Amino acid sequence: MGKVVLVTGAARQLAALFVRRIQRDPGVDRVIGVDAQPPQHRLGAAHFVQADIRQPAIGKVLAEYAVDTVVHMDVQGTPLDPRGGSRTSAKETNVIGAMQLLGACQKAPSVRRLVVKSTTSVYGSAPRDPAVFDETTPAKALPSGGFAKDAVEVEGYVRGFARRRPDVAVTVLRFAHILGPAAESPLAAYFSLPVLPTVLGYDPRLQFVHEDDVTDVLRLAAGEPRNGALTAGTFNIAGDGVLLLSQCARRLGCPTVPMLLPAIRWSRSVLRSVGATDFSPEQIRLLTHGRVVRTAHAREVLGFTPRHTTEETLAAFAQGRGEGLLQPRRLAEAVDRLAGLLAPNGNPAAGKQEEVPHHG
Amino acid sequence: MADAKVIPFDDDRDRPRGATARGARSRSAAGGAGGAGRRKSDKPGQPSPLAPVPGRRAADEQRGTGQRPEEPGDGPGPGRGPEAEADAAAGAGERADQDAGTGTGAAGAAGGTHEQERPANGLLDRMLGSDWDARASRGLAFLRRRITGDYEVDDFGYDRELTDQVLMSLMRPVYEKYFRVEVKGLENIPAEGPALVVTNHSGTLPLDGLMLQVAVHDHHPDGRHLRLLGADLVFMLPLVNELARKAGHTLACAEDAQALLERGEVVGVMPEGFKGLGKPFADRYKLQRFGRGGFVSTALRAGAPIVPCSIVGAEEIYPMIGNSRTLARLLGFPYFPITPTFPLLGALGAVPLPTKWTIQFGEPIPTDGYPPEAAEDPMLMFNLTDQVRETIQHTLYKLLVRRRSVFF
Repeated sequence: MGKVVLVTGAARQLAALFVRRIQRDPGVDRVIGVDAQPPQHRLGAAHFVQADIRQPAIGKVLAEYAVDTVVHMDVQGTPLDPRGGSRTSAKETNVIGAMQLLGACQKAPSVRRLVVKSTTSVYGSAPRDPAVFDETTPAKALPSGGFAKDAVEVEGYVRGFARRRPDVAVTVLRFAHILGPAAESPLAAYFSLPVLPTVLGYDPRLQFVHEDDVTDVLRLAAGEPRNGALTAGTFNIAGDGVLLLSQCARRLGCPTVPMLLPAIRWSRSVLRSVGATDFSPEQIRLLTHGRVVRTAHAREVLGFTPRHTTEETLAAFAQGRGEGLLQPRRLAEAVDRLAGLLAPNGNPAAGKQEEVPHHG
Repeated sequence: MADAKVIPFDDDRDRPRGATARGARSRSAAGGAGGAGRRKSDKPGQPSPLAPVPGRRAADEQRGTGQRPEEPGDGPGPGRGPEAEADAAAGAGERADQDAGTGTGAAGAAGGTHEQERPANGLLDRMLGSDWDARASRGLAFLRRRITGDYEVDDFGYDRELTDQVLMSLMRPVYEKYFRVEVKGLENIPAEGPALVVTNHSGTLPLDGLMLQVAVHDHHPDGRHLRLLGADLVFMLPLVNELARKAGHTLACAEDAQALLERGEVVGVMPEGFKGLGKPFADRYKLQRFGRGGFVSTALRAGAPIVPCSIVGAEEIYPMIGNSRTLARLLGFPYFPITPTFPLLGALGAVPLPTKWTIQFGEPIPTDGYPPEAAEDPMLMFNLTDQVRETIQHTLYKLLVRRRSVFF
């Protein structure tokens, strides 16, 4: 008898990608996607149920299909519908939805496995924090609001659920910023700006995880544990390596506009009152202090090694995004031309020749 | 041509044997082949002196591509000298062995094509130094990597390339010319593996940490890099935090110190913290309390030796005769120094006094002989902390007795 997997938040791009992929797994019989709105992306052969996880109806769905694996992906930073949705509705889906879903799971004896998509935002981002966060590092300053606080609360409910249903294997995956050719996330939206506003005097360290790695690790956690691996627990998931924001901007070819921190806060309130684009205070904090997590635990216990490094993930995102105003290729060519001007006088730029293989 | 002759002697100085004659010969033949190629091959660690391979170099130039020797399509080198093994080291592999011994001196007509370029080139050589073109191309390669973002930083934000090329060069004049730092006992920092350097902290502004970093970076025989642990204030201030992270500093907390030591880095810590940095001038060279000795347990957990280090000279750069608590509280700083010149003379008063510094690294204190639970033992902690503290204090007194004057 194969598994029946229920995926929440299936209307989103990333969840749809995961739904399409997990159907192909040999042990999986049936995949059920759930969301409050009709899906915007293909779900393949999966069965879509339009249900709001904030309503008790979700319990009926669990019972009707005898679901044994629940993958909760409906913890989102942005509301699904950018026009109609507000921060309040997003928060409700995150927190009330998680409570309702976990309550339903608790009542459903068929559920054996729960996988929750969380975020590394739960660590907050403060100058007093250690440079690299472990799964066990307590945050010095808990996120005061927004998506990060939702995630902290959802994780709290999940821990409570794990105590009440010790027979269910609970996996919490804390993802770094998810990027990829088509990823939708607040950071992807930020990187899509033609000019990147940055905080003057700060150069945060960032880590990304590729959407393919996200679906891989979700499949790994939703499936039967491999020999010696333990899938229950909390794991940081991030690509190897670290990029500075300035480095990202240069690789994407985006000019940056360093702004004073108070000016950013002020312009944020102006933008918000006009009703234009909104960026959350936690995003500003991230772009001020940055965040890096250690992924050794996922490697050793979960047996998961991301296929894409932080660098490759950004490159994949850059390809999907199109070229920026200051294309790195053009800049490199300009430098090479300058080197070429010097060349007739000496050996044509020995250093340049050494660099070429890196750029391809 | 007179200009051209200046160069070989300059370059030949670092050729150990019998290279002068050959150098002169190849110079006239190689024409404008310039320093770039030769510099590239003259890397330290390649024992055999390398004269340029005249014909090949010239052929490369004619093509205008500057191909490296191992690239395919490069015809058999007409003028390979006996030095071909150096090229082999540069990656030419078997090709070089085949080419070796095909004869020297076939400089040919190709070399001659560059004769007319010599005067201009020579003038530039004279003005900018003989290897200006190599330096220019290195600089452009650096610029290219920087503007395209093609460099690496570690998890702590340490940008090694920027530190080596820019930050250290900015601090070096201060280190060499202004404070004239004298370093002793650098061999006490192990050639490899982790070590925890514990030093006294003084001088109102943490210049001592920066000088310590330059000392290890420039003078350690194995090129170790010091990773300093800084107060949280460093990582709150704009610009300062950015530069500190890029220079390899990180927050002084057990997690970061542990992580760095586990990676085998040399970590520098000032356990006195602000108590040492902002102490009044009258208390100079009196070590303050060493925190709670957390550095000892971190070193014990990582099995890293503790290297005590004493810095003399930093105390007098800003003689702090007063502390404005009101201003400090207002600005959120742990203290606000008042020196004879600051804030009286404004920005001018912030120029440190040019004292003469001595940095002495002491014998390492091993920590690997203890059982794993030793890191939890408070008595051992206090004993080791005291031992480190006493060592630094005694070395400070010894260095002070030997010092002729504060400024010389």
